[in-house]
Amino acid sequence: MADPGGEREVRLVVNGVERVAAAEPRLLLSDFLRHRLGLTGTHVGCEHGVCGACTVLLDGEPVRSCLVFAVQAEGAELRTVEGLAGEDGELGPVQRAFHEAHGMQCGFCTPGFLISLTALLEERPGASEEELVDALSGNLCRCTGYANILAAARAARDQAAERA
Amino acid sequence: MKPASFDYHAPATLAEALELLGDDAVESRVLAGGQSLVPMMNFRLAVPEALVDLRRIEELRYLRTGADGALEVGARTTQAELLRDPAVAAGWPLLHAGVTHVGHPQVRSRGTVCGSLAHHDPHGELPALALALGATITVAGPDGRRRIAAEDFFVSFYEVALESGEMVVEARFPAPPAGSGWSFREIARRHGDFALVGVACLVAPAETRLVVFGAAERPLLLADPGEVAAAVRPLDDLHASAEYRRQVAVQLAGEALAEARERAGG
Repeated sequence: MADPGGEREVRLVVNGVERVAAAEPRLLLSDFLRHRLGLTGTHVGCEHGVCGACTVLLDGEPVRSCLVFAVQAEGAELRTVEGLAGEDGELGPVQRAFHEAHGMQCGFCTPGFLISLTALLEERPGASEEELVDALSGNLCRCTGYANILAAARAARDQAAERA
Repeated sequence: MKPASFDYHAPATLAEALELLGDDAVESRVLAGGQSLVPMMNFRLAVPEALVDLRRIEELRYLRTGADGALEVGARTTQAELLRDPAVAAGWPLLHAGVTHVGHPQVRSRGTVCGSLAHHDPHGELPALALALGATITVAGPDGRRRIAAEDFFVSFYEVALESGEMVVEARFPAPPAGSGWSFREIARRHGDFALVGVACLVAPAETRLVVFGAAERPLLLADPGEVAAAVRPLDDLHASAEYRRQVAVQLAGEALAEARERAGG
């Protein structure tokens, strides 16, 4: 058996592309994405599961990537903020709503909010106000710009409900 | 904020996992959802030599109703899976309602029911729910399996009745008797935070189970709100004073019992 504490290859699909990189067991998925795969759109805030900045979709579900070891994601399908825009770089619908309603201030927390909201609207395009707030309650904005974030989230929800 | 090095094992069977955990030469921890363990490792409050990840063990992935009508939750079942199951919402409404207070969606999509029980944060919802519902926790170890009643499982802060080499494999929640009512209340700084104090209550025709949590080193099972003030041993910290927690516990217990009785039909 290979050295259980040593580096091993982690193979997964990120934004539709198969990726392989080495990770020792203690490497967090957030650091794996940023440092091994160069996907720096996923931000790292608190590194103990409080701020939500590092939220990614793992097999379709929103998770905090700082609370998952990269080795646990072997064989998984991930979506990060880099996967929300179209191939031509055109913003995805949730990104567009945040752009139009200026749902950000410094922008640090934005990738986490976009991913959490994407997860909700893909499951429930017509989400209620309560569901919106619940889905975003695990993301913190250090600028406290929540009013515009919620306005953007409502706009994204209304557009998603129309498309559904 | 980075964990120390450790050996990582992802066995495919429970037998292999137990063999790894049974090796006394290595200090191993079980990794299920990791939503409590990984933060502790990031802070290096926990520095295990090895982790035994349950993610490949298919035999622990189930959520089903057993022959006796009890809800059986395998060690890999997440809190999100429990919330999505309409049979749980219909048959165990207290459990469903309480679990909506566990962390945030991003936590519940990884966090497991059995993991919360094994971790036993006395401010956590799941230990209190297990106690209120009269759950039993099945553990497996080198000497086979045994079932432990929730009353005997939670010992003190982050301490449960697991012996060396044992792990939780299942939680069993009996079906609430016909004609029973329930209530779940907690006070937290923000929704999704650990409760300052909370109450889970089940009123059945033959028995009232009133559980106060976040008010002592483990959830407390009481028969009557009149016992709360004397029974609690709340912490005094920057989030709330002990006296505040005591008052809230008394108030919530009274409200919860009244609501549970009303739901039971008076």
